[in-house]
Amino acid sequence: MFDSLSERLSGIFDSLRGKGRLSDADIDATARQIRMALLEADVALPVVKAFIHRVKERCRGVEVSKALNPAQQVVKIVNEELVAILGGETRRLEFAKQPPTVIMLAGLQGAGKTTLAGKLAKWLRDQNHQPLLVAADLQRPNAVQQLQVLGERAGVEVYAPEPGSGVGDPVQVARESLAHATRHARDIVIIDTAGRLGIDEEMMAQARAIRDATEPDETLFVIDAMIGQDAVATAEAFRDGVGITGVVLSKLDGDARGGAALSVREVTGQPIMFASVGEKLEDFDVFHPERMASRILGMGDVLTLIEQA
Amino acid sequence: SRSQNVLGRGLLTLLSRDHLDEDAWEEVEELLISADVGLEPTGRIVERLRERTRVLGTRTPEQLRVLLSEELTEALSVDAERSLNVRRDGDRPSVVLVVGVNGAGKTTTCGKIARVLIADGNRVLLGAADTFRAAAADQLETWAQRVGSEVVRGPEGADPASVAFDSVKRGIEAGVDAVLVDTAGRLQNKAGLMDELGKVKRVIEKHGPVDETLLVLDATTGQNGLEQARVFTEVCDVTGVVLTKLDGTAKGGIVIAVQRRLNVPVKLIGLGEGPDDLAPFDVTQFVDALLGD
Ligand SMILES: Nc1nc2c(ncn2[C@@H]2O[C@H](COP(=O)(O)OP(=O)(O)OP(=O)(O)O)[C@@H](O)[C@H]2O)c(=O)[nH]1
Ligand SMILES: Nc1nc2c(ncn2[C@@H]2O[C@H](COP(=O)(O)OP(=O)(O)OP(=O)(O)O)[C@@H](O)[C@H]2O)c(=O)[nH]1
Ligand SMILES: [Mg+2]
Ligand SMILES: [Mg+2]
Repeated sequence: MFDSLSERLSGIFDSLRGKGRLSDADIDATARQIRMALLEADVALPVVKAFIHRVKERCRGVEVSKALNPAQQVVKIVNEELVAILGGETRRLEFAKQPPTVIMLAGLQGAGKTTLAGKLAKWLRDQNHQPLLVAADLQRPNAVQQLQVLGERAGVEVYAPEPGSGVGDPVQVARESLAHATRHARDIVIIDTAGRLGIDEEMMAQARAIRDATEPDETLFVIDAMIGQDAVATAEAFRDGVGITGVVLSKLDGDARGGAALSVREVTGQPIMFASVGEKLEDFDVFHPERMASRILGMGDVLTLIEQA
Repeated sequence: SRSQNVLGRGLLTLLSRDHLDEDAWEEVEELLISADVGLEPTGRIVERLRERTRVLGTRTPEQLRVLLSEELTEALSVDAERSLNVRRDGDRPSVVLVVGVNGAGKTTTCGKIARVLIADGNRVLLGAADTFRAAAADQLETWAQRVGSEVVRGPEGADPASVAFDSVKRGIEAGVDAVLVDTAGRLQNKAGLMDELGKVKRVIEKHGPVDETLLVLDATTGQNGLEQARVFTEVCDVTGVVLTKLDGTAKGGIVIAVQRRLNVPVKLIGLGEGPDDLAPFDVTQFVDALLGD
């Protein structure tokens, strides 16, 4: 569907092979192509601009090497910059000194929070933790049952004192889940919350109330890899409205380029920690910045070439 | 909303200038890209706009704004009918199949459409052909209770095509006016799941043609939305798009490319999680929202 960045750039540089420095005109033409490739990958416009600026700066100083043609060299720079942004400060889950560790999930409607709750629970259980899932989405029809089914599949207890589908107070459920966890020796509490829009003040206030009642060690922002330019507004709203300590990219098993990864990383400053890659509980992985970088620009092959050069 | 302000502000700066320089055109372009219109359609719209401002000698901001809005309206127009094809055909209910990627809003949209049809005096049956996702059938059943429709569901893990078949069969027997079949979310690059969807449709068609196949598209979706529309149309001949979650900050500009490339009209929009948060697609309103007013 899209031209890869290397295809785009090779045209510009064919004439230049092995000729010393990139000229300003070459750099401008290159920057235009990079901009287009990033926009087609759904990287948000303000993020694209900042990124291009950095890449241009780096390209200016570069000597055209013998081993790589200029296109490859620029791709290499772009890739390094991408990986630096996507991977800067990777880290593991933060565990509380005094259990239970509290992990709260937040995000837009349909992003993949409840599914992720199940996946995290299973993943942690497999590492000999004793997680507790908490059904604090009492809004979406049958979100509670959905979590119960997933909890059963993961072999993890689900704390669900309220029926949901409009009945019950999510803040109270979240608060009381901590005492329940302590009583039953659960060392990790995973709180599933309702999907909400960034501009929904009331729902954002509710998310804050859940946060304040539970003081999470991690507040993970779950975002759909298919999201477009709205990634920035949404990430800002969750950053400011609830506070985010980490990001999870979902539905990466699709064929979206996933430029949102870059946008969210830039906007929140928080690390992308996990990738959700399917509907089953085991379709879950820690996040790989290098893979994501090459996916955004569709340049897996070039990178292999560059590595061999 | 936040992004509305950004767009609105962008346009204002542009329009307060007394001449149109390259920066001004770049702003128009960025306004469209920020709404997920995509590079190719944006390029085309801006090019036409430039041509027309030249020919017409456009000077005032108001004139330019009108032209841009005309171009967008033109880009969003389709020949196809935008109203839902849900008229009962003799002794057979009309059949609507609802498809799309995971989490787009299919189940909710089924509930909302049922609500509208029931308010119009129709009897509606909901078929829970998502037998895969945890509690998907429960969710549809809750919607059925909410809006007052019957529901047909199978056991978890049942063959979705057979649940779909049974739903339409039951609808015919019960003499309802419309059967809405909800399907499991699936990403368009999963060949196996897309084949399954093709089968769901073929099996339903043993009872007669499907009147509407609605693709539910999340307004926050970026450029992947076009690929979604392309593959779903290929597999099950989509007849209309429902653009959901337009109550958020996303503009849903991808539908410009979707309509143009596939000639499938946007028929409905989703504006919230409640039963009444559904509206017909209105080009003028959509264009106004896209331009940020
Ligand atoms: N293919 C794929 N589907 C996913 C992934 N994660 C979640 N889903 C599906 O996406 C849909 C929505 O997931 P949920 O977990 O219900 O999303 P949510 O954020 O809890 O949604 P709300 O509670 O309604 O806001 C479901 O059909 C999930 O099976 C993923 O990584 N890949
Ligand atoms: N704000 C808003 N939320 C919506 C809208 N339509 C659906 N939702 C929400 O989006 C989430 C997903 O909706 P569903 O109807 O379950 O989506 P689906 O496509 O059936 O999901 P799967 O069956 O899991 O693929 C739910 O939380 C809905 O309440 C809308 O128009 N606006
Ligand atoms: Mg959920
Ligand atoms: Mg559904």
